[in-house]
Amino acid sequence: MANHTVAETLPVPFLEKTGILSWILSTDHKRIGIMYLVSISTFFLIAGAFALTFRFELLTPEKNIMDPHTYNVLFTLHGAIMVFLFIVPGLAASFGNFLIPLMIGARDVAFPRLNLGSYWIYLLGAIIILIALLKPADTGWTFYTPYSIQTETDVIMITLGIFVLGFSSILTGLNFIVTIHKLRAPGMTWHRLPLFIWASYATAILQVLATPVVAITLLLLIAERTLGIGFFDPAKGGDPILFQGFFWFYSHPAVYIMIIPAMGVISEIIPVFARKPIFGYKAIAYSSLAIALISFFVWAHHMFTSGISEVAATIFSFLTFLVAIPTAIKVFNWTATLYKGSIWLHSAMLYALSFIWLFTIGGLTGVFLGALAADVHLHDTYFIVAHMHYVMVGGTVMGFFGALHFWYPKWFGKMFNENIAKIAWFLVFVGFNLTFLPQFILGTQGMPRRYATYPPEFQTLNELSTIGSWILGIGIFIVVVNLIKGLFNGEKAPQNPYNSLSLEWSVPSPPPHENFEEIPHVTDWTYGYGKKQNTEK
Amino acid sequence: MEVKAHAEQHHIGIKVYFLVWFALTVLTGVTVWVSYIDFGLLNIVIALTVASVKAALVALFFMHLRHEDKVTWIFALYPLGLLALLIGLTISDVFYRVTP
Ligand SMILES: [Cu+2]
Repeated sequence: MANHTVAETLPVPFLEKTGILSWILSTDHKRIGIMYLVSISTFFLIAGAFALTFRFELLTPEKNIMDPHTYNVLFTLHGAIMVFLFIVPGLAASFGNFLIPLMIGARDVAFPRLNLGSYWIYLLGAIIILIALLKPADTGWTFYTPYSIQTETDVIMITLGIFVLGFSSILTGLNFIVTIHKLRAPGMTWHRLPLFIWASYATAILQVLATPVVAITLLLLIAERTLGIGFFDPAKGGDPILFQGFFWFYSHPAVYIMIIPAMGVISEIIPVFARKPIFGYKAIAYSSLAIALISFFVWAHHMFTSGISEVAATIFSFLTFLVAIPTAIKVFNWTATLYKGSIWLHSAMLYALSFIWLFTIGGLTGVFLGALAADVHLHDTYFIVAHMHYVMVGGTVMGFFGALHFWYPKWFGKMFNENIAKIAWFLVFVGFNLTFLPQFILGTQGMPRRYATYPPEFQTLNELSTIGSWILGIGIFIVVVNLIKGLFNGEKAPQNPYNSLSLEWSVPSPPPHENFEEIPHVTDWTYGYGKKQNTEK
Repeated sequence: MEVKAHAEQHHIGIKVYFLVWFALTVLTGVTVWVSYIDFGLLNIVIALTVASVKAALVALFFMHLRHEDKVTWIFALYPLGLLALLIGLTISDVFYRVTP
C-alpha cells in the first residue's frame, strides 16, 4: 500500500509538540484519544480501588471496616464510575478515536472540533460526578425507583453528571458514523473495512439512538425528586416499573456499547497473531450490526422478578435467547481463525484468547439468566454479579488491555517490556477467575448481592474471592507500571512490529500529524495473511 | 461533494420557510385551544398528533430532511421504529398484568 511515502520526508510525529495548550486545544484525533485514554484509565483505577475496599469488608461475615451505609455508597460509586466514566466511553472514545481515521485512511474524523467538544463535555460530566462525591448516592448504579426518590443522599448531582456524559457519547457516535460513511480512502469499500471499524460503526449507532432514552429517564427522575411530578410514584399515579423499563431500554444496548468495540479489537488481534485471514469476515461484520439491532428488543430481561406480566416475561425471555446467535457466530469465527494458525503468544494475543474464554462463560451464564425459571432463583444473587463481571471484565477489560498492548507501539512509538507484560497478564487472569468464579457458586447457593454482611457458611468462598481481588489488583498495578515505564525508557518502536497488513501500521510509529502524507489507495482487504503476494511489497 | 450539489439544487425558498413557520404557529394555537375543551382520552391523542405533525414539519423543511438521501432517511426513521417498539413491548407488560 502506501509504504513508499514514509521515511523520505520525515513527517512530524503527532506527539512532538508539548505544553498543556497543545493538548487541551488539540483537534488531532490521536491526541484526543490519549486524553480519553488517560481519563478513563484514571477512573478505572479509582473505581477499582473502591471495589478492593468493599471486597475487603466481605472477607468476614460480620462488619469489619465499614458500616452498611458506607458499603452501599462504595458499591454505588464503583458501579456508576466504572460504567459511565470508564467502560461506556471506554474503548470507543479512546481507541475508536485513535484508530478509526488511521484504519480507513483518513487524516482525521469528520468533525475534529466537535470531537474535542465531546471530550470537554465528558470532562464536565466527570467533574459533576466528582462533586457528587461530597454527598454520594447509595442507590446502586441503576438508581431504581422508588428508593432513588426517597433516599436522603444526593441522587440529583450524580444523575445530572451522567446526563451530561450522555451528550459526549451521542456526539462521539455521530462523529464516527459520519467519518466512516464519508472519509474512507479510495478503494476502502465496506467489505474491505477492518472489523474494528464495523464494530465501531455498530457501537456508534447504539450511542446515538439509545443514549437519549437514559438522558430523558434521568431527567424524569430529577423532575420527580425536585418538582414532585408523579412519573414513578404509584401514590401520584406513576409506575415504579416504568423507571426500570426506561432505564434498561438504554442500559441493555449500553452493555453492547461496552462490549462491541472489544469484539472489534479481538477481531483485529487474532488474525495478526494467528497469521491467517480472519474466518467468516462478513459473518463477524454483520453480527455486530445484528447485536446492535437485537439489543433493543430485550431490555425487560432485567425485570423478570419485578412484577411484569407473564406475557411480557415470556416474550422477552425468547427475544433474549436471540442475542446468543450473533455472539456465538463471532466466537466460532474467532476459534476457526485460530485453527491451524501459526500462533504467536504475544501479550496482546494472551488477552485476546482470555477474552474468548471468559466472555463465553459470561455469555452462556447470561442464557441461564434469560431463562425465566432459573432467573427467579438467581436474580439479585452473586450469580448476577459474577455473570456481569465475566462479560464486562472478562470481555471488555480484557479487550481493553489487549488493545493497549497491541497498539501501544503505534500510538506512543515505544516498546514495553514483553516479559513483564506476560507475568502481569497471568496475574490478571488468575486473579480475575479467583475473584469471580466463587461468586457463581455463592449465587447458586443463594447469597444475595449488595449486603455488607452475610451468614457464616458463605465465608470460605468469599475469602477466595477477596484474595482473588488482591491478585487481580496486583496484576493491574503491574500492567500500569509496565506500560508507563515503557513510555520513558522503552525501546523505540519499529513501524510495523507484528507485520500487520492494516493501514495504521503503514505509517510511522507514532503516526505524524494528519496521519498520511498521501491518502492511500486501497486494493485489498486487511486480512490477507499467509499469502505470499500480499504480505510484503 | 455529490451531497453538496444535491442540496443546492433543492434550495428551499424563503417563502416556504415562512409558510411552515405560520403553520407551526397555528398548530401551537390549536394545542392551546384544545386543552380548554374536554374530549376525555382524545385530548392526549390530539395533543400528540399535533406535536408529531409539528416535529415532522421542522424535520422536513427546517432540517432539510425532504431533500436528503436514503441513508439520512433511514437514520431519521429508525428511532420512530424504536419508539413504537418501546411502547408496543411495554403494552405487552402493562395490559397483561394480573391485578390481585
Ligand atoms: Cu440486558
